[in-house]
Amino acid sequence: MTVLVDAETRVVVQGITGHQGTVHTRQMKAFGTQVVAGVTPGKAGGEVEGVPVFDSVRAAVERTQANASCIFVPAPWAKDALLEAVDAGIRLATVVTEHIPFHDMLTMYHYARSQGTRIIGPNCPGIAAPGKAKVGIIPNVVFRPGRVGVISRSGTLTYEIVNGIKEHGLGQSTCIGLGGDPVVGTSFVDALPLFEEDPDTDLLVMVGEIGGTAEEDAAEYIQHHFTKPVVAYIAGRSAPPGKRMGHAGAIITRGKGTAETKVAALEAAGARVARFPYEIPDLVAALAAGAGRR
Amino acid sequence: MVKLAEWRGKEVFRKYGIPLPRGHVARSDDEAEALVRAGTVPLPCVIKAQVLAGGRGKGGAVQFATTAEEARAAARQILSLEFKGEKVREILLEEKLPIARELYLAVTLDRAKRLPVLIASAQGGVEIEAVEDAQIDRQWIHPFPGLTGFEQRRAAEVLRLSGGPAKSLAPVLDGLWRAFVAEDAELVEINPLAVVGEGLVALDAKVIIEDDAAFRHPEYSEIRDDRTPLEEIAREKDIAFVQLDGNIGVIANGAGLTMATLDVLQELGGRPGIFLDLGGTDDPKKVTEAFLLMALAKPKVVFLNIFGGVTRCDTVANGLVAALQQVPAGQRFPIVARIRGNNEAEGTAILRAAGITSVPQLKDSAQAAVDLARRSA
Repeated sequence: MTVLVDAETRVVVQGITGHQGTVHTRQMKAFGTQVVAGVTPGKAGGEVEGVPVFDSVRAAVERTQANASCIFVPAPWAKDALLEAVDAGIRLATVVTEHIPFHDMLTMYHYARSQGTRIIGPNCPGIAAPGKAKVGIIPNVVFRPGRVGVISRSGTLTYEIVNGIKEHGLGQSTCIGLGGDPVVGTSFVDALPLFEEDPDTDLLVMVGEIGGTAEEDAAEYIQHHFTKPVVAYIAGRSAPPGKRMGHAGAIITRGKGTAETKVAALEAAGARVARFPYEIPDLVAALAAGAGRR
Repeated sequence: MVKLAEWRGKEVFRKYGIPLPRGHVARSDDEAEALVRAGTVPLPCVIKAQVLAGGRGKGGAVQFATTAEEARAAARQILSLEFKGEKVREILLEEKLPIARELYLAVTLDRAKRLPVLIASAQGGVEIEAVEDAQIDRQWIHPFPGLTGFEQRRAAEVLRLSGGPAKSLAPVLDGLWRAFVAEDAELVEINPLAVVGEGLVALDAKVIIEDDAAFRHPEYSEIRDDRTPLEEIAREKDIAFVQLDGNIGVIANGAGLTMATLDVLQELGGRPGIFLDLGGTDDPKKVTEAFLLMALAKPKVVFLNIFGGVTRCDTVANGLVAALQQVPAGQRFPIVARIRGNNEAEGTAILRAAGITSVPQLKDSAQAAVDLARRSA
C-alpha cells in the first residue's frame, strides 16, 4: 500500500499537447507511471509520447479507464479542466498549474469535495511513490524507494530535501508537494492521516513555509493523532515582514504564521525541527535508526 | 495584490449598489473648488487624501470645509503632504453626513477553512485589530449558495440594526458579496459603514484585488503597488524580485528554496540584499534577463542556487553565460554557483567552461558567497 498513488494508478494528462504537458508525460512514463491518456480539446486522434489524445476527459476515461488526472492547463482554463475531470469520475486530480485565482480554486475545491474528488495543488509539484507511480513534475532523479514520507508546501525546496534524503542512503515511501497557494486542495492536516495509516511509511518529513497557519494546524494534529516520528523544516525565518516572496502564501500578516510560531508549535507537538535544509537527512537518519528500519 | 485607493474602491462599491456619500475625486485645488461650486460636492464636506496607508484622520490627511474657499485651502494643504512616505496625488471630496453610529463589514478569504468569511462588528470606525474579539462576528460563506438570507439576518442582529437601517443592510451585504466574487477581491471592507437617518452609507472603502485574476480584470492593470523601479521591471518580465538592504544577490528557483537560501546566508553572517526567484522556466532567455536585472541592482556577489526540475541546470547555465557576455567589464560581480538536479552534469560543465565552479553542498557554497561578500565590502 502507498499513499494515494500506486502501480494501479492510470493517469490522464490534461493539457498534454502543451510544452510542459509533453515534457512531463515523458518523465512520468520514465518513472514507471501508467500514463494512459491525454486530453486537449480539438486534438483528439493524435498521440503524445505514445499516449493517445482525446477531446474530453470523459472520452479518455471511457476508453482507457484513467483514474487520476494531472492538470497542466493554463490558469484561465484550469478551473474548467478540473471540473471536467471531476465530472468524468476522476477521484484524484493533481493541479500543477500556477497562478490560478483563488476564487476559481474555491469553486474547484468545494465542487471536487462534493463529488468525492481529492485535489492536490494547485501550483504544486504533485505526488510520487518511488517504484510505483508519479503524478506531477518532481524530478525523477531525487527519488529512491524507501520508508520516509515527505509532505511539503514548496516546490524546488522539496526536490532539494528529497534529494538530500536519497544522498544519505535513505529512500522515500510517498512524497506529496501540496502547493503554496492560499487555497490548496490537500493541506498538511488532510495529508497527515494518509501517512499515519500507510504501513510503508515509518517517519515523516514535513516542509513548511512562513505565512498562513497550515503548519500550526498540522502541529495540533500531530500532537493528538500522529504516532510516527516527524522531522520538520520551516523556510523563511529570515524573511522581512510584509514583503512578498513569490508565493501568495508566503506573506507574514499580523504576527501570525511567522517562522517562530510554527517552529514552537511543531516542537511542542514532538517534532524535531531542522534549522536548515541540510540538517534534515541527519535527523531523519537518526530517527530511522531508532525506528529500526529504513 | 492590487490595493485600490478609497475612491477607486468606492467606484467598485457604486457598481454593486452600495450607498455612498455624494462626492468626487480631485487632483488640484482648482478642481476641488470647482467641484464644490458646481454642487457636485455638497457643503459641508470632508476632504481626504487618497493614500493607501491607514490612520489618515490623525495625520492631518482628512479635513473638513464649510465653504468653497475652505475646501480649496484644505485641498491645497493635503495635496502638499507626504503621508507615511507616500506623496498625496489625489483627494476625495465628499458631503459630510450626520452619523448616528459607525459599523464594520468585510468579506475576505479564510485560507485555513478554505471559505470566504463575512466579518461584522457593531464597533466600526476604528482599526478592526483594536476591537476585542467578542465584538467581532464571523460567518463563513459557502461559495455555492453564496450569501444567504439567514446569514444577512444574523449580520443585522450582530450590528444591532432594526427598522430602516436593517432593511438597508441587505443590499449592502449583497453588493459587498457580489463585489468580492466578481472583482476577484482578496478583501472588500467598509469601515465605517455609517447609520445615517433611516439608511446606511459606506464612508470608506478598502478593496484589494488578487494579482492572479489580472487576466480577467484589465481595468486594474494601470494601478501600481509600492514597488521599486527594478521590482517593476521584474514584474513586467514575470520574475519574482525583492530588494532589501544587503549586498548578496540571490538567484534561486521556487519561493521555498529562495527563502531557505536566504535563511542559510543570514545564519552564516551574510546580508542577502536582492533576491530573485526564477520560478519554473526552461527558457534560457528568461534566465539571461534575470541576470541582467540582477546586474542593475549592483550586488557585491551573486549566489546562484538552483535545483533543476522544470528549470533544467543546463538552461540556467546557458542563460547565465549569455548574460555575462552582455554585462560590461566594469559592472561584473563574482558568482558562486550551486546547480543540482535535472541535467546537473551538463550545467556544471557549461559553467566550468565559463570559469565558474559549482559547489554542490548548500552550506559550503553559501559560505563561499558570504566570504566573498565580506572581502569585497
